[in-house]
Amino acid sequence: MKTETRSEQFHSPSLIGNILRKLHIDIPLFIGLFLIALLSFTILYSAGSQDMGVLMRQAARVGLAFLLMTALAHVDPYQFKRYSALLFSFGIILLVAVLILGQFGKGAQRWLDLGIFRFQPSEMIKITTPMMVAWYLAEHALPPKTKQLLVAGLLIITPTLLIAKQPDLGTALLVASSGAAVLFFAGLSWKFILAICTALAGVTPVIWQFMRPYQRDRVLTFLNPEADPLGRGYHIIQSKIAIGSGGIYGKGWLGSTQSELDFLPESSTDFIFAVFAEEFGLFGCLGLLALYLLIISRCLFIASQAQDTYSRLLASSLAFTFFVYVFVNIGMVIGVLPVVGVPLPLISYGGTSIVTLLAGFGILMSIHTHKKFLPH
Amino acid sequence: MSRIYTVKNKLVESRLFLNRLIAALILILLLTSGLIVRLIYLQIVGHEHYATLAKDNSIKIEPLVPTRGIIYDRHGKVLADNTQSFSLELIPEEISDLDGTLQRLQKLLTISDEKIDQYQKQRKRQKRFVSTPLLISMNDEELAKFAVVRPYFPGVDIQARLVRHYPYAELASHVVGYVGRINEAEMKSLPLAEYRGSSHVGKIGIENTYETELHGKTGYAEIETNVQARAINTVDSVLPIPGDNLYLTLDIDLQKTAYDALGDFNGAVVAIDIKTGGVLVFASRPGFDPNPFVIGIANDAYQTLQSSENQPLYNRALRGLYPPGSTVKPFIALAGLEYNAISTEHQLFCPGYYQLPNVSHHYRDWKKGGHGSVNMTEAITESCDVYFYSLASTLGIDRMHNFLQNFGFGEKSGIDLTGEKSGLMPSREWKRSQRNQSWYPGETLITGIGQGFLQVTPIQLAKATATLANKGKVITPFLVKKATSLNTEDPAMESHLNNIPLKSENINTIISAMVNVIHSPHGTAKSISKNIAYQIAGKTGTAQVFNIKQDAKYNEKNIDFKLRDHALFISFAPADDPQIAVAVIVENGGHGGSVAAPIAGQVIKQYLGSTNEN
Repeated sequence: MKTETRSEQFHSPSLIGNILRKLHIDIPLFIGLFLIALLSFTILYSAGSQDMGVLMRQAARVGLAFLLMTALAHVDPYQFKRYSALLFSFGIILLVAVLILGQFGKGAQRWLDLGIFRFQPSEMIKITTPMMVAWYLAEHALPPKTKQLLVAGLLIITPTLLIAKQPDLGTALLVASSGAAVLFFAGLSWKFILAICTALAGVTPVIWQFMRPYQRDRVLTFLNPEADPLGRGYHIIQSKIAIGSGGIYGKGWLGSTQSELDFLPESSTDFIFAVFAEEFGLFGCLGLLALYLLIISRCLFIASQAQDTYSRLLASSLAFTFFVYVFVNIGMVIGVLPVVGVPLPLISYGGTSIVTLLAGFGILMSIHTHKKFLPH
Repeated sequence: MSRIYTVKNKLVESRLFLNRLIAALILILLLTSGLIVRLIYLQIVGHEHYATLAKDNSIKIEPLVPTRGIIYDRHGKVLADNTQSFSLELIPEEISDLDGTLQRLQKLLTISDEKIDQYQKQRKRQKRFVSTPLLISMNDEELAKFAVVRPYFPGVDIQARLVRHYPYAELASHVVGYVGRINEAEMKSLPLAEYRGSSHVGKIGIENTYETELHGKTGYAEIETNVQARAINTVDSVLPIPGDNLYLTLDIDLQKTAYDALGDFNGAVVAIDIKTGGVLVFASRPGFDPNPFVIGIANDAYQTLQSSENQPLYNRALRGLYPPGSTVKPFIALAGLEYNAISTEHQLFCPGYYQLPNVSHHYRDWKKGGHGSVNMTEAITESCDVYFYSLASTLGIDRMHNFLQNFGFGEKSGIDLTGEKSGLMPSREWKRSQRNQSWYPGETLITGIGQGFLQVTPIQLAKATATLANKGKVITPFLVKKATSLNTEDPAMESHLNNIPLKSENINTIISAMVNVIHSPHGTAKSISKNIAYQIAGKTGTAQVFNIKQDAKYNEKNIDFKLRDHALFISFAPADDPQIAVAVIVENGGHGGSVAAPIAGQVIKQYLGSTNEN
């Protein structure tokens, strides 16, 4: 309460501005997210064969996610910091629970069934991992020393392995990169980064040994999709055809033939970018990338304005992870990255990832709108 | 202390962080540029290429289904092949009024409602734009009728498909098995890419066990199609690799002899080539005609098969569980000798029943009045129950269990067919864990004559007999020669995983007693000894289907047929250099010697030859 009144004094007193500030909403970020959501509905309508039901379900989810974002924006960032370790531990316990329960089911197990809805602990860990690492590093002086690096490494690897074991390679990758991003922003030395990159290249064959057959298939398909046009290479070939046939200006809204004729699989979920590219062409793609970059820039700006180490690290990590999200999805759809099953953030059909993403933006807004004024 | 340290570095930290923010921004911009370059490449440079590919009347990737491998018997007789057949197929997405079209087709070609339903179900499971058969095996009249009206049915076409055919029908149905339409569960477990275009998959038997080998590798063709999805031109193709042809060890003529010999009885005959383990006969009667299953068996026909009292769909040779009855006696006798629990010369007086000390219950011999004084050879020859009650009591269940297990009792034989049952070799531990009861001495006695909990399958019994004939070398029965050409010999047994150590004088005693069963005047199977120049070793068995009350008399004629005893017979020949082992089980056949032994006799004589063709 105290912080609110303080921050008010330092802003120009316009009526709408006051209301929004009371709501703790960051206007540029909100506008960016809102535009993306609108775009999502437009493209989902086309990719989902003009099914209003699909649209309504997605709208309900997005509405819920925006509410959650607003709610989190109201929480004092100090509270996030305070509960970081607790939330992280809770998430790890849930992950272990999912793995154990998964032993009784068949194949991949990612859900906890809570009766009314199903909960995916790996989604929650996407946010709590950077929180935990940021909290730990902020307790010590930066840049982090060897001991802290080791502990932080452990904090990142534990949830990553647990998720990779589910197996959900895409989410594991995102969790790992969110934690790594914290380390990077905390000032991990360039030498160390180079060493890790070299080491990673070295352990690639080892990782290969541990991969499930279908995960290996995906990598092999990525390296040479034409080798198996009926099976594993089918997705990538069809999505390249869809994107390429869109050309500069695209075929126009509802003009995508590839998804309409069912040539393009998963056109509403992971491969929705292909539909977008087919209908809106290169210009549309550039526009979408620009919108994403604007959102990311705003987030990085928020990080730069944050006033304590924890907030800075968390905000910058969330911003960077959002970019990784976009990059991995578009990269896989246009055939420069392997198919790892990551949705296009805020646009793909499906609820869980949108809720997590907007929760992250809620935290960013909380960081930005709860600044205590400390003179430099 | 650390607090002061932190405060001191506030400015350094801020600057470091700002540097990192800038570095991240640069990285993000670089990676985004990478994406943009790729998009430009796809959407400007490659646009024309991809636009051509995407055009509706352009290239489609069609799977080329490989020809399924042919299954032969050991002499090259065809057990399963593929015949050309024409089917009427629809691509639902290219038909504007599917229900109307189906109605018109139904009227034109008189198609049953059931077939229409079947088609609708299959269609919903298929991927879009996949041609789905409505009618399989069209006759000439149907072909001609449709050919006339074809232009009025866009999206409907006649396709030549290969349909699996089983010339020997019910004779080999349980060995060869059959293929059927891929169902939903299989759709999920099969490799999608390999089966894109395949409509059938092996369901049981060799067709199922060797599905991967038989199926082959799917190829594909890039086909230019017109608006109606009819092929115009093949642009490029990778040919499919046909499935492997399989050569079985089975001898279909011998199989026919065995099957016919069973006559009207239900039962099973299994014959094994002792030197290799190759299965020569694997007959289960009644069989069924697998051909209707290939084109989709009609519901009522399937119900008839399912509910038939004789259970034709039930693979008795592989899954039938029977008490071995007296056929277990040679194994028990051998156990007695190997454990030094009894000597060959030991004489026992058989009064026609056996009593445990201090128990009034009479364990009866099959021969009322008893066999008198018998030694081991006589006990096997005449199948004296009392001798084996006594021997079982001396041996105890633990030693019987351990010894018989070596011969494969209670374990799957390892034959290359799926769904095998493992039978049951009871033990104290088994009874404790499964029934939560302790083992009773009376149960030891009846195990000694192959009754009680003991259960075997015909293939198990044949394997145990072959192992006995082999003097302890355990064989693993198999049906498919690993080689795919006719001229290769059966692979010899590479190594005997298990070689039961047996004293040669012991096994020779047992074998000569088993020869007596056929060639001695007192033998229980002396009827089959005629017209052969070699000796057969064997043992009869009669397995009780239900218990007779203590004082009641067993009278075949008064008993409902289904409650009559099962007749069993195990044998191998020639006794001095065993080539073939045969196990026969005739359900409700009555006596092993009179019903089961002659069947084995016919098989052996056909395989090894007889002096008189009769």
